[in-house]
Amino acid sequence: MPFDVAAQVIANTRLSADYNILALSAPAIAAVAAPGQFVMVKAAPSCDPLLRRPFSVFEVLRDAAGVPSGLSLLNKRIGASTNLLYRADRGDTVDCFGPLGKPFTLVDRSAQAWMVAGGVGLAPFATLAQALRARSVPTTLFYGARSAAELFHLDFFRELNVELVLTTEDGSLGERGRVITPLDRRLAAHVPHAPLMVYACGPEGMLAACAKTAARYGQPCEVSVERIMGCGMGGCYSCVVPMRNEHGGFHNIRSCMAGPVLPADQIMWD
Amino acid sequence: MDLSVRIGSLTLSNPLMAASGCFGYGVEYADLVDLSSLGAIVTKGLFLEAREGHPAPRIVETPAGMLNAIGLQGIGVRRFVEEKLPELRTRRATVIVNVCGTTIDEYVEVSRILSDAEGVAGIELNISCPNIKEGGIQFGCSLDGTFAVVSAVRKVTRLPIMPKLTPNVTDVASFARASEEAGADAVSLVNTFLAMVIDVETRRPKISNGLGGLSGPAIRPIAVRMVHECHETVKIPVVGMGGIMNARDALEFMIAGASAVQIGTANFVDPLIWPKLTDGIREYMHRHGVARVSELVGSVQTGPVESPAGA
Repeated sequence: MPFDVAAQVIANTRLSADYNILALSAPAIAAVAAPGQFVMVKAAPSCDPLLRRPFSVFEVLRDAAGVPSGLSLLNKRIGASTNLLYRADRGDTVDCFGPLGKPFTLVDRSAQAWMVAGGVGLAPFATLAQALRARSVPTTLFYGARSAAELFHLDFFRELNVELVLTTEDGSLGERGRVITPLDRRLAAHVPHAPLMVYACGPEGMLAACAKTAARYGQPCEVSVERIMGCGMGGCYSCVVPMRNEHGGFHNIRSCMAGPVLPADQIMWD
Repeated sequence: MDLSVRIGSLTLSNPLMAASGCFGYGVEYADLVDLSSLGAIVTKGLFLEAREGHPAPRIVETPAGMLNAIGLQGIGVRRFVEEKLPELRTRRATVIVNVCGTTIDEYVEVSRILSDAEGVAGIELNISCPNIKEGGIQFGCSLDGTFAVVSAVRKVTRLPIMPKLTPNVTDVASFARASEEAGADAVSLVNTFLAMVIDVETRRPKISNGLGGLSGPAIRPIAVRMVHECHETVKIPVVGMGGIMNARDALEFMIAGASAVQIGTANFVDPLIWPKLTDGIREYMHRHGVARVSELVGSVQTGPVESPAGA
C-alpha cells in the first residue's frame, strides 16, 4: 500500500554538475520500501512540469535510534523535473508517492550476488547491497560510468564488504570501456553450477547486453527497467515492456506493476 | 447538500468520473481509493479481443499537458467481464465501460456482451481515439458514422449510451446532435487533441506512434468551450472533461454545461485526488448557497463581461 507524503528536503548533496542525492523526510515510505521499489516524485506543485517522475529508492535514511525516517534519491539532470530536483533546497517540499512496484528477489547466502550498474542505474543497489549484507550474501558491484568523477558512493559499498569492479569510458578509474566486459569475463570463469544471481540497472542497451551475457552462461538475471511513467499505478499503460508469452508471442506488461524489476530472460529485447 | 447528478436513467452519487484510459480497469486503484465514492469509473477501452497497443515510448510531457499514444492496449471484453467486473461489483463501483470497435458489428457485439453482464451501469462509445487507424475515429469524424454506431448499439441495449466525442472536428456540437438523434442518453467530450512532439536533436517524434493525443490543463479552455457549445445544442446531458486538475476546474465545466465531469491526467499526478475534489465542490456549494450541484449545470452568464474595478 503506497503512501503520498509531502516530503521535506533534508539535504541536497550535489555530486557533480549533473548528479545529486536528494534526502527526503518520508518515514511512512521508508518504513516499508524494499530494494528495487520506486517512488513517484512531483518536483513542483505547478502544472509545468505536470507529471511525477519515477525514482528508485536510493537509500533508506534512519534516525539515531535506527528507525526509518526518510529516503534519498540519486538524481541525474535530464529534463525539467530532474533539473528542479537538482536545484532543490533544504526545507523545500516535494510530493513523494510510494513505495511502488515489485522489488528484487533476494538470494540467500548459498548464492553469490552480482550487481551490474550503469551510470544513474546505481540507484537501486545501495538498499539491495544492505539487504544482501544482512543475509551474508557475497556481493560484487560491477559499476560503469563515463569517468571517475561519475562513480559515486564507492565507500558506502566498500563498508558493506561489496567487491567493486569499476569501469569508465575514459579509463580514468578502473577498466577502460563498458561494464559488460568484466562481467562477461567473470561469468566465463565462474563455476557453471555455483548459485549466482545477476541484478542489473542502467541504460537499455546495457541491460540488453547484460541479459544476453547472463543467459549465455545460463545464469539468472533480474533487471530494473526504466520507462517513462505517467502514474506508477497501472492506470495509464505508458510504461510497458514486451515480455515473451507461452505462445511464442509477447505481452506488454506494465513495468510499474509487474516491475520495475523483471526477469531478464522473459523480456523481448529487440 | 446534494451532489447527485442524473445521466439519462443513471443516477450518480456525485458528478466525478474517472476518465477512460486514465484509471486502468479501476481494480488497480481499489486498495488506494474507495471506488464506491466515485460517481462512476469509466474503464479502459475494450474491443472484442485483446490488443497489445503501441510500443513504448507511449507518452511525452508537454507544457502543462501530455501527449499519449497507448494504442488501446486491453484484455478484451470477455476477460474484463470474467476477471475485473466481479471485483468492481464487490467494491460497489458504478462502472461505465468504454466500448471500442473496428466495425459497427464489433461495437454491437461488445455492447451486447456488456448488457448481459452483471454490474455494468452504462456504455461509453469510443468513437474518438486518435491513436489507432481502425479504432472508431473514422466513425467519430463523420456525422453519418456517429449516427450509425449509436443507433446500432441503441437497438441492442437498454444501458445508458454515451458516445465520447473527438475535438478534432470543425463543429463538435453537430456530432452531439447526431448522437442525440441516434438515441444516445448523453455525450462525453473531449477526447484528446491530435498532436505531435518532435525531438529536434534526433528529428524524430518523441513517441513511437508519431502522433498522439494531447490532454491536461493545456487543453482545458478549448474543452470548456466545446462542452458549452454542445450543452447549447442538445437536450441530453453532456459529460465534460479536459485538463481538470481541481474542484474549481470541475465546477467550470459544470457551469459551462456539463452535467458530470471526468478526471484523467490529474489522476496520474494525484491518485488520491477524489476526496479533495468532492470537498472542494462542497465548499463552493456552501459558499454560494447551492443546495443541489445540478443547479450549476449550464449556469454560465454569457452577457457582456464587466471590467474589473480600476481596469
